[in-house]
Amino acid sequence: MAARARFAFTVLAFGYAFLYLPIALVIVYSFNDSRLVTVWAGFSTKWWSALFANEAMLSAAWLSLRIAFVSATAAALIGLAAGYALARAPRFPGRTLFGSLVIAPMVMPEIVMGIAMLLLFVGSDSLLGGPQRGFLTIVIAHTTFAIAFVAVVVQARLADFDRSLEEAAMDLGATPWTAFLTVTLPMIAPAVASGWLLAFTLSLDDLVLTQFVAGAQSQTLPMQVYSSVRLGVDPQINALATLIVIVAVLALTTSGWLTRRRI
Amino acid sequence: MRLVIALPYAWLGIFFLLPFGLVLAIALGSAAPDSAPPVTLGLSLKNFALLLSDDLYVAAWLGSLRIAATSTLAALLLGYPMAYAIARADPRWRPILLMAVILPFWTSFLIRVYAWMGLLASNGLVNQFLRWSGLVGDPGTILGTEWAIHLGIVYAYLPFMVLPLYAALEKLDGGLLEAAADLGANPVVAFLTVTLPLSLPGIVAGCLLVFIPAVGEFVIPDLLGGTGTLMIGKVLWDEFFLNADWPLAAAVAVCLLLLLLGPIALFQRQQARSLERP
Amino acid sequence: MTAAAIVTLTGLAKRFGSVTAVERVDLEIRRGELFALLGGSGCGKTTLLRMIAGFETPDQGRILIDGQDMTGVPPHRRPVNMMFQSYALFPHMDVAANVGYGLRRDGLPAPEIARRVGEALKQVRLGDLGERRPAQLSGGQRQRVALARALVKRPKLLLLDEPLAALDRKLREATRFELVRLQEELGLTFVMVTHDQEEAMSMASRLAVMDKGRIEQVGPPHEVYERPASRFVADFIGIANILPLDGGRAWLALRPEKIALFAARPDTDHAEQGRIVDIAYEGDRSLYRVGLLDGSLLQVSTANTARIAAAFRRGDDVWLGWAADAGHRLDK
Repeated sequence: MAARARFAFTVLAFGYAFLYLPIALVIVYSFNDSRLVTVWAGFSTKWWSALFANEAMLSAAWLSLRIAFVSATAAALIGLAAGYALARAPRFPGRTLFGSLVIAPMVMPEIVMGIAMLLLFVGSDSLLGGPQRGFLTIVIAHTTFAIAFVAVVVQARLADFDRSLEEAAMDLGATPWTAFLTVTLPMIAPAVASGWLLAFTLSLDDLVLTQFVAGAQSQTLPMQVYSSVRLGVDPQINALATLIVIVAVLALTTSGWLTRRRI
Repeated sequence: MRLVIALPYAWLGIFFLLPFGLVLAIALGSAAPDSAPPVTLGLSLKNFALLLSDDLYVAAWLGSLRIAATSTLAALLLGYPMAYAIARADPRWRPILLMAVILPFWTSFLIRVYAWMGLLASNGLVNQFLRWSGLVGDPGTILGTEWAIHLGIVYAYLPFMVLPLYAALEKLDGGLLEAAADLGANPVVAFLTVTLPLSLPGIVAGCLLVFIPAVGEFVIPDLLGGTGTLMIGKVLWDEFFLNADWPLAAAVAVCLLLLLLGPIALFQRQQARSLERP
Repeated sequence: MTAAAIVTLTGLAKRFGSVTAVERVDLEIRRGELFALLGGSGCGKTTLLRMIAGFETPDQGRILIDGQDMTGVPPHRRPVNMMFQSYALFPHMDVAANVGYGLRRDGLPAPEIARRVGEALKQVRLGDLGERRPAQLSGGQRQRVALARALVKRPKLLLLDEPLAALDRKLREATRFELVRLQEELGLTFVMVTHDQEEAMSMASRLAVMDKGRIEQVGPPHEVYERPASRFVADFIGIANILPLDGGRAWLALRPEKIALFAARPDTDHAEQGRIVDIAYEGDRSLYRVGLLDGSLLQVSTANTARIAAAFRRGDDVWLGWAADAGHRLDK
């Protein structure tokens, strides 16, 4: 028994070290006085000041946040409908195709989805004269990508609780719509919220898909980071990474709290 | 209910299904560098013929498959013991341990790949450690090699491996192992005959979740791999953005999709089955 | 339609894909009775109940409730309430909100809702638990919340889907009486689905025995027990010895307790000789299986009224005797 516990401890210690040491070092070196990330040259916050004075980075961050908010909201709505349909409509024409369409974006290589969506926008631009590539096209691409994640969470949650709850509501005089609002929605709200948060994070983080559909004018945060790190290590990026880790920890704690708060 | 089905159906039809039709159409055309968009429509298979005959592309295909496969195996070898240890941990600790696996996934993918750029540089901490420990005399530069790409893929996709494995292992009834022991199986045999077969759905799901995106991966080979590394995602990117050869890039996308159709269909079937089970 | 009928089903049929769940059912349920739909799993009883509630649309036939055609009416517009087998209590609402849910849907004023919720909770003896969440209640308490929630709207008809199935044995027996008491006090019509024949026999004023989507027999419990309409009913309800008559064209259903055991040839209308094959001691009674000379087996039960060991042992040669009117003739 003791040997087994020691084995488990070693495995987990090694695994978590592998997962966290690189991130920890990125954080530590964001306070390094030197530009080199290999030598510790004393504590400094100069990269943090540089980051907050970096206009391009800040405006990219603002754009990314706006895109993430809109696309996460749209994905939550459409994903909610998709998850509900999958969980509650056992039979309708084309259900198999529907099921595949909903899950496919989860496993589709981003680079393939990127080129496909770009061709769609180029095509619609030459046929219909729009939309211009930029904010809107990025939002559409991110929404399409994120619907799957919301739908899966919602469907799993709905599968967790008994169909008879909705039937009981209707039996007691609720129209299907009222039953949805008063019984179904309150119960799957945590799933929708964590789906939204996931969609928000995915949007905020996406590079490949965005690079295809962004057009020349829009620079999102990952695009800005990418063009900066291609040239090599940059301590400003370490500072940004630290900030992202802090936000992620907060977001995940909230999401974990939302999903675990069983009603 | 009809509206509830129609909204996502229409959205995904227009923004997901339709674009793939376009990709196929463009892949059959030819490049027209001077017009905008740089495409002439047509009905020729020459892009596909090029992809199958040119050594560069064939090497890129094989390289992607090989790197994705070995990285997936490495992620499985690291992820399985982790998932097993978490599933057998005290129930009070499990959510925290699990959350610790998921957390990196919520931080930026790009940043996580970036973290390894500094670590793997010629005078980075990994090399400093290797020299200090005396294990390797002259480690050379890891950054820019296939080693770096493997490391990056395992690191970035480990959570996708651990989660389905954990889900499968956690469901495993401890009584089954006791029954196996009672019937004369030693722990190793019990693991091989009970635990492993029952966690097979988790293994399949985890491996597919790592393998599928790894084959088409762009960021990791671009940032951690050298200029010599050939992976198909990078080829697609370069054809598109550097050479502006949209039809060829589209043909690469079609081939990539065909290649992954099997694994994707397998994954979908498994998802559907596990979701339909109450 | 008779004046007393509150539910009239005519030619009701329902298929799921290739499976026939309910096949051309005609049935009348009378005002103020406690009616039970009894049958094994998959016999169509739950589908029938769900068609009355409006959750399933019949493929054929009509449903009249209180004289009005309800065949295509959605559940929320039917004057019928249901108690679900799983209770289906809303986990995110407290007990009072659960019970008041249907009244809020009707748009009643808040004080009226509060008054009626209090009344309903008192009826099911849960007066002080209004602020609890369903998760904080015992199984029996949840069952009563579900009952109160269905009763509070004063439906013309209360449907109960396996109302006692989720309770443990002791509680189940106590709750039987409780349900019958409530039904009589409120003067409502209850339609109950159950697979438990004891439950149906002890509670229902009339019951329908279902098999393979059809109704085999409708009648009061004693009639169904003493005069079963078919071999299926005779065999399904209680224990029956079924003896061929008229060369196999008809049968005699003979209940084990109608047969007596004797050491010597008795002076009854019928007498048969046999040997005891085995004995099942059940405390209050013992069930004997007796092999007759022609090779057939008969089951005989005797009440253990005295605290002495049984008079007969396995392997004993015995005589069986019964009266001329002890059995019931079956034609199908």
